[in-house]
Amino acid sequence: MRCDFADSLLQGYFDGELSAASAAEFERHLQHCVHCPVELVDMDLLSERLQVAQLYESAPASLRKKIHANLRPVAAATAKSQPLLWHWLAAAAALLLLVIAGWRVNSALRTDDYQAELAEEIVDAHVLSLQPGHLTGISSNDEQAVKAWFKGRLTFVRDFANDGFALQGGRLDVVDERSVAVLVYARTGHLINVFIWPTRERDTSPRLGSRQGYRWVDWRKGRTEFCAVSDAPTSDLQQLQRLFTN
Amino acid sequence: MNDLDAQDRLRFEQLVLPHVDAAFNLARWLLRRREDAEEVAQEALLRACRFFRGFHGGDARAWLLQIVRNACYSWLEKNRPRELMVEFDEERHQRAVATPESIAIADEDRERLSRALESLPPRFREILVLRELQGCSYKEIAAITSIPIGTVMSSLSRARRQLCSALTSSCHKEAVHEV
Repeated sequence: MRCDFADSLLQGYFDGELSAASAAEFERHLQHCVHCPVELVDMDLLSERLQVAQLYESAPASLRKKIHANLRPVAAATAKSQPLLWHWLAAAAALLLLVIAGWRVNSALRTDDYQAELAEEIVDAHVLSLQPGHLTGISSNDEQAVKAWFKGRLTFVRDFANDGFALQGGRLDVVDERSVAVLVYARTGHLINVFIWPTRERDTSPRLGSRQGYRWVDWRKGRTEFCAVSDAPTSDLQQLQRLFTN
Repeated sequence: MNDLDAQDRLRFEQLVLPHVDAAFNLARWLLRRREDAEEVAQEALLRACRFFRGFHGGDARAWLLQIVRNACYSWLEKNRPRELMVEFDEERHQRAVATPESIAIADEDRERLSRALESLPPRFREILVLRELQGCSYKEIAAITSIPIGTVMSSLSRARRQLCSALTSSCHKEAVHEV
């Protein structure tokens, strides 16, 4: 047996879609209906189960990259109608290519065998996280709250506010097509993302690098890899790395 | 895409690109495979960009999701037409009920939920994804799926009951009959 309202008002009430007056009226109905309160609880349980399972899947970095690559030619096409600007842009692009080639070689020397693609993906993820609404899945400086939000995926959550690195919250991100945990810190006007994921490799001392004006420090400890990325000075990232490993 | 001028492009980047995650998530659940979802979502984004001039303010997420949804349905029609006819995926449902014991409990529930969700017909799957995973309002769901708001409520109700049934093997028979 189901109530006549089960397919209409009950759903609207549960989803908060009724006007205040209709909601109040439906609450009066709930007081003497034997079916609706039970269904309401079932719906709530189901909804919570769906939330806890985190079924939402974010777009992979490769999709974002393709979309951005597709958008860029538009800028070039627009510039064609303005020859002077076009020439200027071409010159700037050539210069940019030289600079990129320069730091590719440079960073390759500095970072030894460190996977350059991975660093690139992490910097991309950092840049994307700075877009409005992308920085944190949970916004809090409460270690326990942030830890609870990760639901056991991340056992290490620390606020280093006393050392000048204030915990802002955390989120799940996707790097190299796998899900990684991210802790976000604020440091005198700079935001720092610390990407954290499990690894099978042995512990390493910190490796440094930079890309597109962002600096990163990467290290492995206790079967976990950490990568801190920011536009903050490298020395800040190294300080944060020491706080993490101590 | 080339007919967007710099100003439109900037507007597109500000209004539409923040919803790439939502676009991908909807495609992933409608097509059930990440690779297909990536391909179709990309194509839908390009289409959105091409017709961006036709977008006159309003809810950019609902606008984009409508395009993604239509792209997914045409893709299914072309590549897996059978799926649009099947009302309840028996095979997937069986797998949803029997998950290997080796999977950790939290992961197990996630696995079971996603298989149960994938066993629902696309029109029920999409309404649950829009409401439960993406938090769309009834008005947005109506706009995205082109159905009246009254039908949103009854579809959600049926979709929720079907998902519950798919999660409980004892209710399995009932779920099939209900369809």
